[in-house]
Amino acid sequence: MLAADALPPRFSDWFAARGWAPRAHQLAMVEKGRQGRDALLIAPTGGGKTLAGFLPSLIELSERPPRNTPAGVHTLYVSPLKALAVDIERNLATPIREMGLKVVAESRTGDTGEARKARQRLRPPDILLTTPEQLALFCAWEGAREYFADLSCVIVDEAHAMWLNKRGDLLALGLARLQLFSPKMRRVGLSATVDDPDLVRRWLGHHDKGPPPVGEAMRSVGGGSPPSPQTPPSVDLRSTPPPQGEVLISTDHTVDLVLGSGGAQPIVEVLVSGGKVPWAGHTAEHAMAEVYEIIKASKTALVFVNTRFQAEFAFQELWKLNDDGLAIALHHGSLAAEQRRKVEAAMARGEIRAVVCTSTLDMGIDWGDVDLVIQLAAPKGASRMVQRIGRANHRLDEPSRAILVPASRFEMLECRAAADAILGGHLDGEPARTGALDVLAQHVMGLACSEPFALTDLYDEIRAAGPYADLAWEDFETVVDFVSTGGYALKSYDKFRRIVPGQDGLWRARNAQTVLRHRMNVGTIVTAAMVNVRVGGGKRPMGGRKVGEAEEGFFESMKPGDTFIFAGQVWRFNSLVGTDAFVSPAPDKDPMMPSWGGSKFPLSTYLASRVRAMMHDETEWAALPADVQEWLGYQKLRSIMPTEDELLLETFPHGKRFHLVFYSFEGRLAHTTLAMLLTRRLDRLGIGPLGFVANDYAVNIWSLKSMEDLDLDALFAQDMLGDDLEAWLNESFLMKRAFKACALISGLIERRHPGEEKSGRQVTFSTDLIYDVLRRHQPDHLLLRCARADAATGSLDVARLGDMLARVQGKIRHAALDRVSPFAVPIMLEIGRERAPGDAAGEMILAEAEEDLIAEAMS
Amino acid sequence: MSSLSFKISDCGGLKIEVFGTRATLRHSGALWLEGARAMVVADLHFEKGSSYAARFGQMLPPYDTRETLDRLERELAALNPATLIFLGDSFHDGAGEDRLPADDRARIAALALGRDLVWAVGNHDADGPRALPGAVVDEAAIGGLAFRHEPLPGAQPGEVAGHLHPAARVTSGRASVRRRCFVTDGTRLVLPAFGAFTGGLNILDAAFAPLFGTPPLAAALGRGRVHAVGWKSLRPD
Repeated sequence: MLAADALPPRFSDWFAARGWAPRAHQLAMVEKGRQGRDALLIAPTGGGKTLAGFLPSLIELSERPPRNTPAGVHTLYVSPLKALAVDIERNLATPIREMGLKVVAESRTGDTGEARKARQRLRPPDILLTTPEQLALFCAWEGAREYFADLSCVIVDEAHAMWLNKRGDLLALGLARLQLFSPKMRRVGLSATVDDPDLVRRWLGHHDKGPPPVGEAMRSVGGGSPPSPQTPPSVDLRSTPPPQGEVLISTDHTVDLVLGSGGAQPIVEVLVSGGKVPWAGHTAEHAMAEVYEIIKASKTALVFVNTRFQAEFAFQELWKLNDDGLAIALHHGSLAAEQRRKVEAAMARGEIRAVVCTSTLDMGIDWGDVDLVIQLAAPKGASRMVQRIGRANHRLDEPSRAILVPASRFEMLECRAAADAILGGHLDGEPARTGALDVLAQHVMGLACSEPFALTDLYDEIRAAGPYADLAWEDFETVVDFVSTGGYALKSYDKFRRIVPGQDGLWRARNAQTVLRHRMNVGTIVTAAMVNVRVGGGKRPMGGRKVGEAEEGFFESMKPGDTFIFAGQVWRFNSLVGTDAFVSPAPDKDPMMPSWGGSKFPLSTYLASRVRAMMHDETEWAALPADVQEWLGYQKLRSIMPTEDELLLETFPHGKRFHLVFYSFEGRLAHTTLAMLLTRRLDRLGIGPLGFVANDYAVNIWSLKSMEDLDLDALFAQDMLGDDLEAWLNESFLMKRAFKACALISGLIERRHPGEEKSGRQVTFSTDLIYDVLRRHQPDHLLLRCARADAATGSLDVARLGDMLARVQGKIRHAALDRVSPFAVPIMLEIGRERAPGDAAGEMILAEAEEDLIAEAMS
Repeated sequence: MSSLSFKISDCGGLKIEVFGTRATLRHSGALWLEGARAMVVADLHFEKGSSYAARFGQMLPPYDTRETLDRLERELAALNPATLIFLGDSFHDGAGEDRLPADDRARIAALALGRDLVWAVGNHDADGPRALPGAVVDEAAIGGLAFRHEPLPGAQPGEVAGHLHPAARVTSGRASVRRRCFVTDGTRLVLPAFGAFTGGLNILDAAFAPLFGTPPLAAALGRGRVHAVGWKSLRPD
């Protein structure tokens, strides 16, 4: 491929004037554009990825002959973040201006003013930058077909963050619709890290002729070996790197893969603060002083944590140490948008030394000055860590630098495994995704609002979207019936249908009011209901300054007078009025709310298996700190060190109770589910289980009677995922929560109604009532199926649990001990920590208990 | 509240006296007057689900009426009352009766067999049912008690009403529970809503203030029994 003639003179001159040479992957993308091929570009941040995505469109637009009629949208750019769409609008302005192109690029998000939106509808910009929710709105608009008739290209940015959830389902459906309006439309995906490119290609692609088999052999063009096509447990991208700008064409995929250069090898270190690793914990509090010194020695550091609570905690701790007055900022999803923008702007100006942040900064706007990424507590997955490391040093040729700070001993093993995986270029495998039916219901209603459809045509259109490629006709019919009449066995709503078939056989929305109601609620995707956190007190608080937003549940258990940390400060909770929580500053108070909420990411399957392997292979121990080596050594001596494919289960008495502890490394969600189900079984066996704790690594169940003589294979039999799970789930709040989300997304209940008056007192009519009634009278209803599927994947990790139960059958190694084992210490210590006592006496009791426990295990 | 005494009956109900009449507050939400063998339920809101479909095209499960009937029939089987009083808002809207599925209609009609069925009307069903059996009244009286849908402000000794859908919220540590409840000061009584799709209004809401001169007792509906909750334990939503 030759650079010189690949670009029109105006473009190559512009590159030259900037002192740049076009990168191979940029030219490859231009070539894809010329050939009219769909393409997924995977390139590290800082590699000119965005420009590579837009270059083909800019060239096409610059070569467009002048015409009299106004053209429609040429290129649609879809970003997961509103802020990113606005940022790209600004970044595109430079090449457009400097090359003197007659191209209009404008953003359109939920924040765009009505006047601009109306103008955009009349005079479409050449390039429209928007979000999946706005695209869903377009799909529900009568003018959509005409508006997108000239559409030539759709660019999906941060594709890795888009595809694996309900938003991705909705976007894939939107793309299928756009393809219908403009058959020549090309799809382009941009991504920094992809766990498995084949799965993203399948999601992004147009499945015209039915579903393609995934993971089939690929043909490589122009030499180089293809990446490994197999999915789990890991995808090896780096061990067989194709040359820079290499293009791989699959015989089965409609989306070509373009790989950018790998960039410099990142430098990843694991910090062992003071040579010691704590027994248990989640906050890495012990290492804070050293983390502070590292921040001081670097230019700009991103300090990643896994939850909002950890972010608040680390921010407080760092400021306690901040004698130098370093500009250390806080950034997470609950902070008010303007506060986040302020931090981002200060970052861009290079005024910030460190930002403590959650996944909100995993992607998005580029900052050149970040030279260090710190991960506090284990990263839980190699792919996420690679993505986070990519945030440092956006100059491609310099290595990114990252420091992992483990908060406990098992985390030490996990961090070591993650660092090895990153250096070896191994990423976590992700499961393939099947499109959610509640999302499909929302989409079908939207299409009916836009224009009439025929059932069979719609079925084909939907199956052209990757996540729905295997949609069964029966499920499709069920969804259409749900959209129309609610899908009830009792056919009493036939006369109130929301969508109706006409005499021409085409389905359309019932009336204008139905359309209006749908448009007001479209795009409602799974975000938890949020309340505004405002400054204000007293009996009749008035709307004061907004500090941020928090999930509905956050304040539900608080009493007025309770204190908590939020946005880096201590607040007193005053009252919850409607959707506003009123608080006042309480700088002198200690926060009473426990500042730890657990990791929201489960440990990846791939890292878990590496940790198991590392424990068994003593040659790997040398890379670990002395106290961790000693700990592993004592475990081998006192209990058993299992092989990689065994499940170690220990039973021992402690105090007046008997414990059963096993180390399955399947993540907190799967472990909690498993513990619930085992507890039910133990109860039936008359063991009298009293309680359990579960973390990412292990489960600890305690009871009144010894569990030493149980038939363990029977206890872990896979049939617990049948009736036991069903029975437990039906009563579980997890199902109710999942049902509420599905009910909102599918349009069964609505968040907003047109012209709804605000009555003084709201009688709450909760989805729990609907759930209970539906469960008793039609347990196989579509939305209960959706909720069950969501709870099984999202909150319970049932699939992973099933894999584990199958794996450990016949491989349970039982160690019947007379006292606590070294491995059991961390999870024994968590027993008291589930509910943080928060007062000095409680802390002392805990500290004493901790000392006794450690002495018992190590003596 | 000082004059108020209560005890838990064998079946988990709360036995009290309302203005001198012995009464049991059942954990189903029904009121049982043993002396008169009368059972009273409030705010059934039959066909609330279908009213959303008819008005907004919002397809809530159409099973709320039969769910409410299931509960009602269980109570009738347990108590076999001579008089059954519906305390208003029995239908969610005036057209609800016309939308009844045939089998649900037959089940409602059967409620009147062998007993007096009294429909006190409420704001949602001001005209009462047209084709279903039973007497349609504005108010009813038994002994010293007056039964009406909407409670009147100020002292109303002997009044038994519904309309407000009372609910109590109680917290303990970080846990919180919100349940439908009866509210009484021993002279008057507000019943919880009985219907399957009826929500609750927190009894700390201002709407309850005009009814009670002294802090009343809340009797929250629990699983299998009623829990007496003092005023101080109540929390706003």
